[in-house]
Amino acid sequence: MEAKWSLSRLFTTDHRAIARLYFFLSLGAVLLGMALSLVMRFHLVRPDAQVGWFAALWPVGASGGVMTPELYLSLLTLHGTIMVFFVLTLAPLSAFGNLVLPEQLGARSMAFPKLNALSFWITFASFLVLLASCAVAGGGPLSGWTAYPPLSAVGAIAGPGEGAGQTLWFVSIGLFCAGAMLTSINVISTVLDCRGPGMTLMRMPLTCWNWFATAVLSLLSFPVLLAAGMLILLDRLGGTSFFLPAGMLIGDEKMAHAGGSPLLWQHLFWFFGHPEVYIAILPGMGIVSHILATFARKPVFGYRAMVSASFAISFLGMLVWGHHMFISGLSPYSAIAFSLLTMAIGAPSAVKTFNWIATAWNGRLRLTTAMLFALGFVSIFVTGGLSGLFLGQPEIDAYFHDTYFVVAHFHLIMGIAALFGIFAATFYWFPILFGRLLNERLGKVHFYLTFIGAYATFGPMHFAGFAGNPRRYADFTTFDFLQPVLPLQKWITHAAYFLAASQLVFLWNLVWSICRGERAAGNVWESTSLEWCGPNESTAVHCGPYEFNGATEGRDYRMQNEA
Amino acid sequence: MLFGLILLLLTLAGCLLFAFPPVWFPPSITAEALAWDGQFRRTLWICGAIFVCAQLLIGWTVLRGRSRRGAGAGSHGHRGLEAGWISVTALLFLSLAVAGSRGWARGSTGLAGKEVIDVYAHQFAWTFRYAGPDGIFGHTATEFINDSGGNPAGLDPADPAARDDITAANLRIPAGRDVLLRLHSRDVIHDFFVRELRTKQDIVPGMEIPLELHVDKPGTYEIACAELCGLGHSQMRSLLIVLPAAEYERWKQERWKQEPRQ
Repeated sequence: MEAKWSLSRLFTTDHRAIARLYFFLSLGAVLLGMALSLVMRFHLVRPDAQVGWFAALWPVGASGGVMTPELYLSLLTLHGTIMVFFVLTLAPLSAFGNLVLPEQLGARSMAFPKLNALSFWITFASFLVLLASCAVAGGGPLSGWTAYPPLSAVGAIAGPGEGAGQTLWFVSIGLFCAGAMLTSINVISTVLDCRGPGMTLMRMPLTCWNWFATAVLSLLSFPVLLAAGMLILLDRLGGTSFFLPAGMLIGDEKMAHAGGSPLLWQHLFWFFGHPEVYIAILPGMGIVSHILATFARKPVFGYRAMVSASFAISFLGMLVWGHHMFISGLSPYSAIAFSLLTMAIGAPSAVKTFNWIATAWNGRLRLTTAMLFALGFVSIFVTGGLSGLFLGQPEIDAYFHDTYFVVAHFHLIMGIAALFGIFAATFYWFPILFGRLLNERLGKVHFYLTFIGAYATFGPMHFAGFAGNPRRYADFTTFDFLQPVLPLQKWITHAAYFLAASQLVFLWNLVWSICRGERAAGNVWESTSLEWCGPNESTAVHCGPYEFNGATEGRDYRMQNEA
Repeated sequence: MLFGLILLLLTLAGCLLFAFPPVWFPPSITAEALAWDGQFRRTLWICGAIFVCAQLLIGWTVLRGRSRRGAGAGSHGHRGLEAGWISVTALLFLSLAVAGSRGWARGSTGLAGKEVIDVYAHQFAWTFRYAGPDGIFGHTATEFINDSGGNPAGLDPADPAARDDITAANLRIPAGRDVLLRLHSRDVIHDFFVRELRTKQDIVPGMEIPLELHVDKPGTYEIACAELCGLGHSQMRSLLIVLPAAEYERWKQERWKQEPRQ
């Protein structure tokens, strides 16, 4: 990639260039989100520490260098928002989907290239507005990424950051929803309308299937969040009462609102929020299936079952939002239905897991960094999924809800697992991203450190949940029962430092390899899918995506465009 | 090799953590909490077994795959196997869900014979209200709320039934009796969480949510807010004080004498 930048390059409609823009946006976002988590972890175990640069960075929120609870909560909100939206939604679908989806389908570009560019720039604007929300008077919003009203809906009287900061936060999320909807329309259209000759649906690589399922989920869920965000902005700015009941007294101020329901927001939010978990993880599932087959030199075990499982997970994923609301004041009877549906998701998830293991079973494994991250994904997915079996039971959830058990659960299943998918994709498709290879030795060091660091951070965190340690506490100083948990929290903080430091290896690898990495030409991994064929080759497809049966002379694989 | 080894060590470390846990649950104080412990243990054993088997299987797959040269042609799938593992897991997970719902589906048994206490949560404190000797909860309204004036519950000074009501900052309940808490919030969503009860309940403005409990053993336990409610969230603490029934009645009598309302 040439280093020459110009305006026309920036406002490109080329899908690979847009993919790179998304890649760098989510890379910047993940670095910021990670930095925030380190500051938060530091504060949790040393709440009274005076830090000079805290005061310099946040003259109001940390005057004198000691972080206030409202600053902590605004960092928590920013961390969650950045990670869920700008990392876990953008990198798997928008970055890597854009990068290879058209070529894998035998299409030349996305269905709507200009819409694609528009999606990116709306998303970029959304990111800028989010950053701005933390720079206004009062500071950033402190209601968490879930932004439950009334806290998020009544303005600055509910707390610092709940004024302009929270308003901008909703504007940012609204913009993000618009960008995500346009992206999903583009992906769905590309998959349905732009496939090349011979590329039947059942010959699509599993990556394409999962991007497709993800896009369908996005299209069904982001509009709901957008609508809910509009309503809450009306409550904040227009004096309506969609989410605000009568008789509220906040501080000393009697509210004029009447007739709304705080639970309505939770229904709408989680109607989006639960599918969002699958929006983050489904592309990773596709990438992992693809990479496991490629580096085990074996076909994906149970291709049809994998496709069906993705759609079963998506369908059930739309019906389980209530499991976030077991203790919200929802009717206890509806909890039983949500619980059964939630536990049912375990079945297609288990099919995925078994089929991944069966794909690698007896294979001639090539343990590249991409393959290691794919295997690590399976391990983390199992671990993070199992804690879901606790939380899916309303009774058990009533204790664990809003404790560190939940924090451990979703960081593993949604955060780390999806990140492993992103890392696997980065190593595997780096030749397509930047025309070079990432350094494999550094890559493996990075993988092992990250794998150990992730388990060391989030494994023990479950025990803080056993002790009932609530999440979203700015410090653990008030409660007697939290004092015995502090040594464990200190361990978690140090493990988080270790995990973050391990990412320096990746950053160095990334920078070095973009500039100096070994140049990659052609089908470096001996893959079967079309993104690896040369520029002048035909993209007419003659076979399924995972033909690793040694049928072709001298090779153990057959590319999809080989007759 | 390395991957398999590290996975093995991580699995072992996970098991050791459960063998020698750094922290654990506090003792349960109700029959429901004891049932919770049982269901937790069942779930833990099932998930623990799946965890160990799955991680070892992944590690073993990698170790095997590395040591074999020229393994056989790969299979595209096996219907029987897939049908097998989907049925087994679906059955297992759904029976877990059914077992887990038994403790949840207990219906309310009505007001009769219960000690009723109103719980008021607000940024960032707790108030608890008891009916006076008349046994009637007096009228309350938002406009009467005066935190600094000693009326955080908003008792109506014009209502005679409200005059003998008691308000307190800690929650005292009688041991061995059925207690019904009626949870209220005047501002944002809070959550009533006592670890020893193994349960929590959101407190939503505009709703009155019931929470029933029956504790036999006297003792003192911490009440924590468990729903993000603003900058003082982590300081929103109170105490659940379970008193022997006679002592509880004595405490109420004393409070009535102390707090004659005008």
